[in-house]
Amino acid sequence: MSPRASHRLPAHRRLTLALAAPVAALILSLAIASIALVLSGSNPFPAYGRMFSYGFELETLVDMVNRATPLYLSAVAVAIGFRMNLFNIGVEGQYILASIIAAQVAAELSLPAPLHLTVIILVGMATGSLWAVIAGVLKVTRGIHEVISTIMLNAVSISFVVAMLFRRWDVPDESLNQETAEIPASGRMPNLNGFVETFTRDIGKGRFLWGFVIVAIIIGILYWIYVSRTRPGYDLRASGINPLAAEAAGVSPKRTIIVAMALSGAVGGLVGLPEVLGRDYAYGLQFTQNLGFAGIAVALLGQNHPGGIAIGALVFGFLDSAAPILDVHGDAPQEIVEIMKGIIIFAAVITYVVVQRRRQAEEARAASLAMASTEPDPPSDAPEPDARPAT
Amino acid sequence: MTPALSLENITKRFPGVLANDRVNLTVAEGEIHAICGENGAGKSTLMNVLYGMLPADEGRIVVGGDEVHFRSPRDALAAGIGMVHQHFMLADNLTVLENIILGAEPKGRGGRIDFTGARRRVTELGDAYGLDVHLDEPVENLGVGERQRVEIIKVLYRGARILILDEPTSVLVPHEVEELFRNMRDMCARGETIVFIDHKLDEVLEIADTITVLRAGRTVATVKPDEVSPSDLAELMVGSELPTPETRTTSVQDTVSLQVEDLSVLDDDEREVVKQISLEVRRGEIVGVAGVEGNGQIEFVEALLGIREPSQGRLLLEGAEINEWSVRQRREAGIGYIPEDRHRRGLLLPAPLWENAMCGHQGKEPYSRKGFWLAPKAARERTRELIAAFDVRTPGPDVAAHALSGGNQQKLIIGREMIMTPNLLIAAHPTRGIDVGAQAAVWETLHLAREQGLAVLLVSADLDELIGLSDRLLVIFRGRISAALDPATVTPRELGAHMTGAATEAEEPQHA
Repeated sequence: MSPRASHRLPAHRRLTLALAAPVAALILSLAIASIALVLSGSNPFPAYGRMFSYGFELETLVDMVNRATPLYLSAVAVAIGFRMNLFNIGVEGQYILASIIAAQVAAELSLPAPLHLTVIILVGMATGSLWAVIAGVLKVTRGIHEVISTIMLNAVSISFVVAMLFRRWDVPDESLNQETAEIPASGRMPNLNGFVETFTRDIGKGRFLWGFVIVAIIIGILYWIYVSRTRPGYDLRASGINPLAAEAAGVSPKRTIIVAMALSGAVGGLVGLPEVLGRDYAYGLQFTQNLGFAGIAVALLGQNHPGGIAIGALVFGFLDSAAPILDVHGDAPQEIVEIMKGIIIFAAVITYVVVQRRRQAEEARAASLAMASTEPDPPSDAPEPDARPAT
Repeated sequence: MTPALSLENITKRFPGVLANDRVNLTVAEGEIHAICGENGAGKSTLMNVLYGMLPADEGRIVVGGDEVHFRSPRDALAAGIGMVHQHFMLADNLTVLENIILGAEPKGRGGRIDFTGARRRVTELGDAYGLDVHLDEPVENLGVGERQRVEIIKVLYRGARILILDEPTSVLVPHEVEELFRNMRDMCARGETIVFIDHKLDEVLEIADTITVLRAGRTVATVKPDEVSPSDLAELMVGSELPTPETRTTSVQDTVSLQVEDLSVLDDDEREVVKQISLEVRRGEIVGVAGVEGNGQIEFVEALLGIREPSQGRLLLEGAEINEWSVRQRREAGIGYIPEDRHRRGLLLPAPLWENAMCGHQGKEPYSRKGFWLAPKAARERTRELIAAFDVRTPGPDVAAHALSGGNQQKLIIGREMIMTPNLLIAAHPTRGIDVGAQAAVWETLHLAREQGLAVLLVSADLDELIGLSDRLLVIFRGRISAALDPATVTPRELGAHMTGAATEAEEPQHA
């Protein structure tokens, strides 16, 4: 170590520590998935090779981003809660409810294109937010733990409210497909194929890159700014780290819980909109569920960091979009990617802890070195000479 | 005769705190041995070491003549040491009998629990020691005293010959205390040895055969109750070394900074723990509130800060009523706060120092602009100034707060308040658990700030600190201001006697 103690760990050291965990997690998950494949009688290497080459085809990459977009939004929603030590398991109920209401409002409104789209997005955010705030209010006023209330609110949302609304708003037509009324062109999110194709070959196979990825990126940036560059974001983090110290510093714990749930729910309300506004133009039976739960895993993988979550969402998006090729060629069951996802999370959580301990130890060592180099006095508790005579 | 138990030179360190510093304790067979000392004196740590819950860094434990090494409470129990915790560890929905045998169930035929045998043994134990419990009552229906008896039987049932009772009277009402003491005497008469932790003087003097006093992690004395008066014991507990007398120049101004009128505060259990306190602190004045912990100080301070709503009374800051103000409004109006427990109320341990430095001032320049946009660069710069000005020993502002030693953490907290030039500083135990050097630095800081017109409310139990720093001294006892003393003339012994209630009780004997 250099004699002039630097005030933080060197940049390359911090980067190594930051990357160590996810890389280790990936390697471990590939290794364990390989064992699972061998045990089930498949050869892992051709399977991985096939996934890899298929996964990096342009169309599969479009699938990957389309899959990653809602995962990212969901994970950011969960991460906002995590930052305040709140476990918002209710993103599931929040986004499904927000999606059907946003879809119906979108179909009934007629506004000029940019305004129409903006209103739909705001309706989705408001719905998700209000639904999440119910759990916040229950926690603040009645002391009900948010895990319990959000799980129950999921059931109420999906099995009751959405089911009722869907019965009411489902447009009967000759096709067997049940869905809400179609959203007019002004309320649809344009796709980005034209933009991408200026750099690449044409995107084929009827794939469209959903424009909502832009919204996800903006949300990610806003999340980063809010959490690390604003005072309310600081309050939120402080309250999550030590609510008692934050309270003494003027951060009302109750208020912060409500704000965190409201923001988490607002972002959660966006999760279903990429496919409603970019693919289906309605809420219907084909609507993807379980994104709220997947978001918890991605937030964990990304350690609540906007960049980390983006990587996590893309990795999961890649696995999901590359997996179907396995069934086509019969190399391995595509469900192997579910095993991989599980192991990635497991391994990531464990390695994060290891890396964090490591970093803490290095910091503590640096701090005690700083003390030793400036400490003028010997420790005040110098042992006294033994008074008892030796016998 | 071989002592039942002896601890030799037990040392236990926590990061930044020396909780036990070469503590020695010898407990004779069949006696009631009281360990007393203030909160934070290291009693609980010592008992946790003895019970195998914490490993000692240094020192030996000898039980019945043999050196032992406990790695868990199970080992301690095997050596015949049992502990009754201050907070009971009982399963509410099980009956008394089920609770007693839980984890040590006698096996009957076919792997079933031998309830008949268990009942016989527990009844025998209860009769032998005069511990009266209803075996088939669910624990949730029991009062506190009876729960405690269940805990004691639980320990006896596991074969303990040495019982550690951790502040057993703190949860009891007076007649329950009497019953507990009767039980304790019965147990000793039958050869049990009891180590009893307490900081209430009258109780200790009444029940103990021998008293060991701990202060600041060290054994200060081992005495017999008939050799000491309550005020001797008080002095031993809170310390009596006279501080170097400060040259007392008064800087007290006329303007009243903080005025408290008739303030009462309830704790979480709705008990009135602060009772009609009135006081005022002027600019340039340090008012010391002296008291042994647990006399309502925490709730009092929380009410001043706005964390806890008072049940009655008025608070005025620089003449303006602040009862309805939020914590944030009060902090922004210039109330600085040094918490009694820096880890609990003071620091964001995993966060970097610069984020800790702004904690409580996050809405102010230079930490943020327009009260909204954080300014990490300026905040780091300010933190560097703070580190230099208050001699915080750290590699820099980006280190996490938990990497620092206790004294440096405390200097950081004091620095973060003082660098924002508060109007009123509420300093609760500002030098607890820090080394002598850091302590002197903190005192110096408070002295200087007072001369520049800062009003300080100093809540403390440290006699040196109270007498050396305060312009006026108030004693808080059982939620009331029980005495007002002049720090220029009061002796540590008198102050200690007032703080522990020995003085008041000597003047007006209580009728039981």
